[in-house]
Amino acid sequence: MPTANKEQIEGRMTDALESFGADRDQIKRDATWESLDVDSLDLVELAQIVEEEYGVKMKEEDMKELKTVGDAVDFVAERADS
Amino acid sequence: MGDPNGRPAGCALVTGASRGIGAAIARGLAEDGWAVGVNYRKDSEGAERVVEEIESGGGGALAIQADVSDPAAADKLFTALEERFGSVLVLVNNAGMRADGLSPQLEDDAWDRVLETNLSAAFRTTRRALRTMMRERFGRVVNIASVVGQRANPGQANYAASKAGLIAFTSTVAAEVARRSVTVNAVAPGLVDTDLTEDIGDELLKAIPARRAGTAEEVAACVRFLASQEASYVNGTTLTVDGGMTA
Repeated sequence: MPTANKEQIEGRMTDALESFGADRDQIKRDATWESLDVDSLDLVELAQIVEEEYGVKMKEEDMKELKTVGDAVDFVAERADS
Repeated sequence: MGDPNGRPAGCALVTGASRGIGAAIARGLAEDGWAVGVNYRKDSEGAERVVEEIESGGGGALAIQADVSDPAAADKLFTALEERFGSVLVLVNNAGMRADGLSPQLEDDAWDRVLETNLSAAFRTTRRALRTMMRERFGRVVNIASVVGQRANPGQANYAASKAGLIAFTSTVAAEVARRSVTVNAVAPGLVDTDLTEDIGDELLKAIPARRAGTAEEVAACVRFLASQEASYVNGTTLTVDGGMTA
């Protein structure tokens, strides 16, 4: 898998979240899924994108711990580099 | 390649399509412009015959051997089709089997094989299919259930449980993925004239208002509708095709 920095990952996640219907202006690191109206199906698709593009598996138990966009970006960045 | 109907380019997979209802569905979907994966377990001649029929009509088709009760089958089927025709956007879970017997004497093996083939395999292929369908914002899953999943038929506890499970699976998954423009529906045939039902006597015909068995093509017609663009707002339902038997 290609290495990716946090900015790239955040950019990709922002695109994905916007495609799910989130308002791009509201997609910040500290934004919660709830505030973006991102639901469990959206998170399943986000996990799929992350796995395909960064080789990082986000399991259901991981997802429960990730409350914000920043949490998810950090989670992927740490594992994509390892 | 774009599609003249405006739907995304891709293909269809029909499990258990070497004969009977599955073969009729494969031919029907090909008539509707889908390239079709013709899955078979043992009947390679039958599957190749279906492929030839489709190709002679100008369509695309690929015969793929896989026993759907094998957990590795879903990946094998989808990978082969994705390489040849692109994303699988229509999935018809048709492969099925019977191992009849009254419950007091039904062996574990007969229970397990029927549940694995008729229900668990459909879960695995659907799970694999949804990954792409959700991303494409288009998908049609049609599960071939049975009226036996809705109404008692002594001697088929395993088959009935598998088909009832398939109906519940259908409605639940439909509710999960509807927002991605993916529909998941079931077709529940009654008595249909196929190899699977050739041992069922004519006595049953008296219980059918139409006084005849259905044809594979009559079942396929319902699947073709559910797979179409026109059925985009039909989701989570079970379409019964039984000549009025359960009316």
